[in-house]
Amino acid sequence: MPQHPIPPRLTLRGITKQYPGCLANDDIHLNIAAAEIHALLGENGAGKSTLMKVIYGLVKPDRGEILWDGLPLDVKDPAHARKLGIGMVFQHFSLFDTLTVTENIALALGDDAGDIPALASRIRSVSEKYGMAINPDRQVHTLSVGERQRVEIVRCLVQDIKLLILDEPTSVLTPQEVDTLFVTLRQLASEGCSILFISHKLNEVKALCHRATVLRGGRVSGACIPAEEDTLSMARLMVGENTPVSTTYPKVLGTTPTLTVSNLNLHSHDAFGVHLKQLNLQVNAGEIVGIAGVAGNGQEELLAALSGETRASAGHIQFADTDIGPLTPDRRRALGLAFVPEERLGRGAVPEMSLTENALLTGFLTGLVKRGMVAWKKTEAFADQIIADYKVKTAGRHAQADSLSGGNLQKFIIGREIMQKPRLLIAAHPTWGVDIGAATAIHKALIELRDQGAAILVVSEDIDELFLISDRIGAICDGRLSPLKPTPESSIAELGRQMAGDFSDAATISPRPTTSRAGSLH
Amino acid sequence: MIKLEPRGERSRLMSWLSPILAALLTMLTGLVLFTLLGVDPWQALTTILYKPIADTYGLAELAVKATPILLCAIGLSVVFKAQIWNIGAEGQLLMGGLFGSYMALQFLDNDSGYVLPMVLLAGVAGGLFWAGIAAILKVQFNTNEILTTIMMNYIALNILLWAVHGPLKDPEGFNFPESAMFSQSAILPVLIDDTRVHFGLALALLAVVAIWVLMSRSFVGFQIRVLGLDRSAARLSGFREKRLIYFALLLSGGLAGLAGVGEVAGPIGQLIPSISPGYGYAAIIVAFLGRLHPLGIVLATLLMALLYMGGEMAQIELGLPLALTSLFQGLLLFYLLACDVLIGFRLRLTTSKPATAPAAAVATDTAVIEARG
Repeated sequence: MPQHPIPPRLTLRGITKQYPGCLANDDIHLNIAAAEIHALLGENGAGKSTLMKVIYGLVKPDRGEILWDGLPLDVKDPAHARKLGIGMVFQHFSLFDTLTVTENIALALGDDAGDIPALASRIRSVSEKYGMAINPDRQVHTLSVGERQRVEIVRCLVQDIKLLILDEPTSVLTPQEVDTLFVTLRQLASEGCSILFISHKLNEVKALCHRATVLRGGRVSGACIPAEEDTLSMARLMVGENTPVSTTYPKVLGTTPTLTVSNLNLHSHDAFGVHLKQLNLQVNAGEIVGIAGVAGNGQEELLAALSGETRASAGHIQFADTDIGPLTPDRRRALGLAFVPEERLGRGAVPEMSLTENALLTGFLTGLVKRGMVAWKKTEAFADQIIADYKVKTAGRHAQADSLSGGNLQKFIIGREIMQKPRLLIAAHPTWGVDIGAATAIHKALIELRDQGAAILVVSEDIDELFLISDRIGAICDGRLSPLKPTPESSIAELGRQMAGDFSDAATISPRPTTSRAGSLH
Repeated sequence: MIKLEPRGERSRLMSWLSPILAALLTMLTGLVLFTLLGVDPWQALTTILYKPIADTYGLAELAVKATPILLCAIGLSVVFKAQIWNIGAEGQLLMGGLFGSYMALQFLDNDSGYVLPMVLLAGVAGGLFWAGIAAILKVQFNTNEILTTIMMNYIALNILLWAVHGPLKDPEGFNFPESAMFSQSAILPVLIDDTRVHFGLALALLAVVAIWVLMSRSFVGFQIRVLGLDRSAARLSGFREKRLIYFALLLSGGLAGLAGVGEVAGPIGQLIPSISPGYGYAAIIVAFLGRLHPLGIVLATLLMALLYMGGEMAQIELGLPLALTSLFQGLLLFYLLACDVLIGFRLRLTTSKPATAPAAAVATDTAVIEARG
């Protein structure tokens, strides 16, 4: 964007915010012009979230000032921010499932909502104008995640908007939906709205944004014009010089099935859950199978069925020679199944417990319990070994799990599972919210485990990650799983179609188990 | 409007200082209260807190009072660790007393050695039975245990009253609602001569040690702690949630039952309508005051037992109402909860109007608890 003599729409000067034990924002300068799409790039923990909360009035900075159209401004709270024309789309939506689109937006607008029918027609016209088809009368629980995001964006657009902040908006979209979103955002910018696009995905920033500010460790580590940079140079700004940013791993294909899911139908008891339909899946020893999908398409239900939290009837889930469908989680663990859940705090690890206790949490089957009593010395040694082998940065095994950063805790959890020498590891979103250094370490650990002959199933929303580490790949949509293809034979476009539920193209390479195998499931 | 803001990291030290602070604040409030009542506050306080234990007899009586509270509270510490809120120790205690009495009344003329164990087992069974009903309701029907256990306290009390006015009434008791006195073979032996300190105290101390070991060393104890802190982690790790709920509830119920039978087969020696002045409720306060830790619970038990004795003493010596005991118990709990909240959160007075809009987003992003004054 060319610099104008008129003041930028938003200027941040020396924003500093200190949290107990963490300097989240350190002297941050930033300006965004009208009609500009500005990227805020950075890894998790770089300070992006804090900065946008400062702009949106959710967090008061300790120092620094905010200028709005050149005038000093004190954003009191989000309601004030909205009055000024600042809209924000959060990564986690704040919508009520059982209300309609219009009702949700009316709630968000409060007194400004006006009468409901008029609001509904306003929603309709705004959504048509920006190519985001939404039916205002539908209840939110009937909408896909992509549609819900549109509701959040439309909520901002029905007001007079001058600055739209989007927090990692593409993490919940298929590649095709991302393209549609970008068209909308460009149109919005061309009409004069400023957009702050928060992301860590370099390709998207390059494709969409006029300028970028890069944060690292709470400070501005650089600014650039994405179109003139390559992704590697931007990645360097994000992670610093010392972290390796890209590697490739050789692809292999296993032959001996370790996990075979055949014709799994599972009815979800949750009113807003997803039913699994005719699901077929085979994971062989010595390979990584990746399953892509937009959140809420049956991943949780599939993972719960595999971990044993929900149990299936006999004959549908085969682990090596055992029908594990009816088995409880601990029985499955005893057979050699390990599990890394999506929520690392509050499922993978107990936040208030020490690392030693968290090592025992799933490690109890490996000789840490003798005659009902915990062998604490042994457990401590086990925890120490995980910390050392997986380079977990922590004050020590006594540290509480919630004192660790996301990446370090994830390394600990993955280490804990891998050190139990599983035959099958199931990992949900293994590098979600993890910095690039830790993500690389986690990927290497998974590849190493694969090369030792274990079968690995990775469910993730991060397509780049799946293409990087998976040997075979597919997608889940509305409780149905696409046929799996060797990764080199698939493409981002094809995976995107599968994420949207179009499995047509690849139907011939279905890895359904042969009838003789299905017959032996007992 | 008053807002509570989280303070960030909680200090371990403060979490232990909180009960002490609560005890001090309770006493301070007591001083104010006595002054307002026109009683010399210092005299009142010493009457309540020192006089009851000024001699060895008083100390022995403290141990007698502490025994049932300790048994109930140590059991409750286990269920509470699992975040299961058994408010029914009182009812379980009463059922223990009733079952134990029934058994003791079967052996009025029997002095063999198996009588006492039978009586004690019957008492434990009474507690198990009563807690077991709540456990079944919770596990099978997902009933809220707070409600069921509270309601069952009243049912237990009325069953006990019916029994003592009816089938278990002493036929030669001039129609008083009391059972016959138990035979010596059904009575817990006295531990220290010339006092009422009985074998129940030894059982209570044994229970404290056993539960300390259970919670800190055993895998079951670990699973109970995980269940309380993080149910979904427990599920994912394959811990048997239902079995753990049964175990924890039955354990606390059994110990409360033991406390009940310890009273009827101990200092009381027969079944009467009022075998407990609310020990089971006091034990809830004790468990929290002791931070659910065995050592803390022992100390909190002594304080609570002292409050019971002090309340009686104040009634006798100063003519103050017996409700004083309940008042102090309530104050203690109130201050404890207040201290805990203020250790975790800081108060901030705000004048701004509450934000009107996306309420969910605001709440999740700032974790602000709003309390309108």
